[in-house]
Amino acid sequence: MNDNLATKRIDLTVGPLQYWWPRAQMLAFYAELAEGPADCLVLGEVCCSRRNEFSLADWLDLGRDLQACGKQVRLATLPLVMSEAELRGVRRIAEQTEFSIEAGDASALQAWSEQPGATRRPLVLGPQLNLYSAGALREALREGPDISTWVAPLELALDAVARINPAGPGRRVATEVFGFGRMPLAFSARCFTARHHRLSKDQCEFRCRDDADGLLLRSSEGQAFLALNGISTQSADLHCLITQLPQLRSAGVDRLRLSPCSQGFAEVLQLFEAVLNQGAPAAPALARLRQLPLPGALVDGFARRQPGMREIDHV
Amino acid sequence: MSSQLPHLVAPAGSLRALTLAIDAGADAVYLGLKNATNARNFAGLNFEEAQVREGVAYAHARGRQVLMALNTYADALDETPWHAAVDAAAELGADALIVADSAVLAYAHAQHPALRLHLSVQASATSHAAIEFYRQRYGIQRAVLPRVLTLQQVQQVIRNTEVEIEVFGFGSLCVMVEGRCALSSYATGQSPNTAGVCSPPAAVQWLEGPDGVEARLAGVLIDRYGPQEPRGYPTLCKGRFSVGDSAAAGHAPGNAADYALEEPTSLNTLALLPQLVASGVRAIKIEGRQRSPSYVAGVTRVWRQALDSLAGGGRYSVQPAWQQELGRWAEGQQSTLGAFDRPWR
Repeated sequence: MNDNLATKRIDLTVGPLQYWWPRAQMLAFYAELAEGPADCLVLGEVCCSRRNEFSLADWLDLGRDLQACGKQVRLATLPLVMSEAELRGVRRIAEQTEFSIEAGDASALQAWSEQPGATRRPLVLGPQLNLYSAGALREALREGPDISTWVAPLELALDAVARINPAGPGRRVATEVFGFGRMPLAFSARCFTARHHRLSKDQCEFRCRDDADGLLLRSSEGQAFLALNGISTQSADLHCLITQLPQLRSAGVDRLRLSPCSQGFAEVLQLFEAVLNQGAPAAPALARLRQLPLPGALVDGFARRQPGMREIDHV
Repeated sequence: MSSQLPHLVAPAGSLRALTLAIDAGADAVYLGLKNATNARNFAGLNFEEAQVREGVAYAHARGRQVLMALNTYADALDETPWHAAVDAAAELGADALIVADSAVLAYAHAQHPALRLHLSVQASATSHAAIEFYRQRYGIQRAVLPRVLTLQQVQQVIRNTEVEIEVFGFGSLCVMVEGRCALSSYATGQSPNTAGVCSPPAAVQWLEGPDGVEARLAGVLIDRYGPQEPRGYPTLCKGRFSVGDSAAAGHAPGNAADYALEEPTSLNTLALLPQLVASGVRAIKIEGRQRSPSYVAGVTRVWRQALDSLAGGGRYSVQPAWQQELGRWAEGQQSTLGAFDRPWR
């Protein structure tokens, strides 16, 4: 049984695309992932509702294609719902009957709970739902038996993850943890990309299309610190748990979430697959990751109950 | 359309601030215990249980209310302090609890069904559907809206919910949606959600450098002040940073650094008060449990006068004396209507 636990596959989830890439680039990106080791892909716009090049119908089409390639597919809802139009968007995702829904806020939970149980798709508790304790997860699970996965909040340490959804006979949902990529740390009504370009939000000229990995923000002495991505503020550095396999196992993590970046992502997936599921050693994989043209340095503080920007300890 | 005058809800970081707020005309004060169960968990601030009891007696004797903020997220390692705080609030006679965490809401709803529950701004409920989620499950009777909605969006929420709506009227401004911000823990390991603090004082360093006084947070240079420049607290999102290529091209100290996220300004919605009241807002909140008792007294008095002048039914106008008084207390000596009128739209 312990052997089983030690060798159980850790599924790889590709998190929702945080940026606005041109349609062709995005389709090429997902086409490449369709051939790769990812088990599940989270689709949908999770930053700004003004990014409208890809409609829900387009996401559904893409989801069908990926499903046909053997991938699991989820549709994510916005983490910040402010207008009636945005709320309608959330409801349309809750009402579709093809893919799991990853709830970005309580509006999505409410919309999903109003769907008929016979047709609604399973629910994933998204990372912005603020489920920080076993009591909070228990409350969320009262919404129904068809909740498949809890995605832990970004800033939660792995020892806390283990306590909130402990492995064992009574367990009801899978645990997913953010394991790679620039971290979406905060959301605002204001668009910081537009503000930087001295544009108004409603006439933003969609300038965020220029920044495939966000717009770097440095301290005035040059330290890379954050990245602006529309209404979202990300870490400049990339969270990376490739050296944390034993800790992931003891925290009962079933799925690791990797957040897309514009270059090298297919190889990132291969490296995580090799280390997590094929017994490859972590140190050379980390060294290889550091050679890739990633947009920032690699950190893992949040997993270790440290400041999130803390660099990975020597392996 | 409701023209019922909204409650004026004032902050209290101490018993002194509480009594001054009541004397200045607050309908309710909100306060927290001396621990991580509330989002202003600073040394020297907040209430012992005996002080809560005294504050409740003072308020109730004058027909006012005491609301207890229990607005952080229960810790996975030990949820009991949050349960204990709920029990204490009920026992001490608080008129309502301000709660963000569904685990805490569930406990309070089950153990103290008669206790009023207000949904904290930290729960990030920005739509009527989100508010309805909490109402159906925990019977919340009021929701405090995050400071990201426009006036029109606030009105939309009010039209579609039976829950009372409270909005922020004055105080420092979170530009990020409350309850959804991990910037502070990214730098320092502590955030509003996890520890009830943002940019905690223990992580702040003031250093004399060649280009002026540096304010650092966990080592990150947040701002640098010349000899004549007024200094602000280095809250992470209010620092001066360089963005994009201008920074990559060459980061000479002080070059091109600007307020990339938010300038240090205060929210001040006095000019919008008639619209807020006409929209059916049921309570107006003053931010600032961490501020001095004189701030609480000064700001509360102005808002009381403004509300009372509306009640008179005459023509409302913002008095220069009010703005002058509020200007004394505004962070950064500037004020804005915040998201309510979307100046950046």
